Amino acid sequence: MSGQWAPYGRALRGVMWREFLRFLHQRQRFLAAMVRPLVWLFLFAAGFRAALGLSIIPPYQTYISYEVYIVPGLVAMIQLFNGMQNSLSMVYDREMGSMRVLLTSPLPRWFLLLARLSGGVFVSIMQAYAFLLIAYLFGIEMPLIGYLAVFPALVLTGLMLGSLGMLLSSTVRQLENFAGIMNFVIFPMFFASSALFPLWKIRESSVALYHVCNWNPFTYGVELIRFALYGELNFTALAVVIASFLGFMLAAVWAYDPARGLRGGAMA
Amino acid sequence: MNETAPVSTAKVAEMQPALAVEGLGYAYGPVLALDNVSFDVRPGRFTGLLGPNGAGKTTLFALITRLLRPASGWIEIAGEDLAEASSAALAPLGIVFQQPTLDLDLTVRQNLRYFASLHGMARSQADRRIERELERMEMAARANERVRTLNGGHRRRVEIARALLHDPQLLILDEPTVGLDVPTRAAIVDHVHGLAQQDGLAVLWATHLIDEILDDDALIVLHKGKVVDRGRTADVVSRAGAKDLGEAFEKLTGEGMS
Repeated sequence: MSGQWAPYGRALRGVMWREFLRFLHQRQRFLAAMVRPLVWLFLFAAGFRAALGLSIIPPYQTYISYEVYIVPGLVAMIQLFNGMQNSLSMVYDREMGSMRVLLTSPLPRWFLLLARLSGGVFVSIMQAYAFLLIAYLFGIEMPLIGYLAVFPALVLTGLMLGSLGMLLSSTVRQLENFAGIMNFVIFPMFFASSALFPLWKIRESSVALYHVCNWNPFTYGVELIRFALYGELNFTALAVVIASFLGFMLAAVWAYDPARGLRGGAMA
Repeated sequence: MNETAPVSTAKVAEMQPALAVEGLGYAYGPVLALDNVSFDVRPGRFTGLLGPNGAGKTTLFALITRLLRPASGWIEIAGEDLAEASSAALAPLGIVFQQPTLDLDLTVRQNLRYFASLHGMARSQADRRIERELERMEMAARANERVRTLNGGHRRRVEIARALLHDPQLLILDEPTVGLDVPTRAAIVDHVHGLAQQDGLAVLWATHLIDEILDDDALIVLHKGKVVDRGRTADVVSRAGAKDLGEAFEKLTGEGMS
């Protein structure tokens, strides 16, 4: 890297490093973030395995237990929570100051927002791998190639969910607190997706819900991760995730336009 | 970025103001926060921006730092238009925000390195400048301490050191002494006056405390979003027919002195 792009690389590294250091200092948050998917995996899935029969669908080549089925959805859930939490902390930062330090540095705003977003994605990926490791220790093993192939998938789904969070938290006032985000974003997105049940199963019970799931970008994040964990690429999921990310990101950069002011108007 | 000292950078820029603000206006909905505000800030000069709370100082700072975009008027930093050439205009700008902006869990050095990276500095250059600025603020010994363990005065000093890391031509500070005890306040006021007088920096210092501004400083008095007078402090005082700045401030703004 040289010349005019060097400052961009340095800034990106600086922002990621800061997020990493902050992450190290927030071990409690890390543990909390781990407990959530583990409860789903060991309590919910264990109870549910008897109730739900899964047939063989791609990418699986054999009958799988329910725990195996929901691991990709739970990995995506980690990223969903992270993306929302990160964007809320950006709103908080914006009022409080550290976002001002970021936004007043001499680089384009879209790049600064993307860098901050990448920092959050980086943290969510570390959590996702920690979760996969715990699952592995309890016998939920993916092919080795899957652990590598899932990395780019996690980058993309993380960016998609993080930019959605950025867009929501900067435009929808009611979503400023986490309860609002939980009720109106995280739960609907998580439940109306292929995270907990395969779409064909959902279709059996409700065609309307099936269509909702089909329009939910989170479904494609889950499927991208699911296929990647078995070393496969789901092109539809890839296309939807990338397109959603670009759409959310453009809208979020627009939402951060200074002409629209800092929300709250508490600057005077 | 080369290693020019602040003095020589400022000399080059002596011909033009470090900050020029012309016809600036901003409103929060129907509430006019700034109305046709014009002034400039020259290199080597400490310029006080004096106004009671709610005068529009913080809005003005948000506009100068591009956190808000003006409804009317323009801003130039070191000759670069902030709206047209944001990056070039923000590069020579050093900012001390009113609210604390350091990461409490990070060390002083980590905070400063983060800032240096945002300004595109390579690690070795950043570390040299961090050493230099912390030395100047007598904070070098605390470089590896977490910000959380520092008192308010020391945190402010770190923020001033940070604002100078990239050798800015213009340093702006928004009520930087709020919440500090008297000796710390005096030390910081002195230090920043020194930055203007000895290092040739252009300084814009917003405050509502009249004792932070000296007779020879340039002064802008802001009241209800308008510049009610500006010039050398002593001249503003005599124009107002007052015996000191406190009385002049009272006459110009109708507020009791702080």
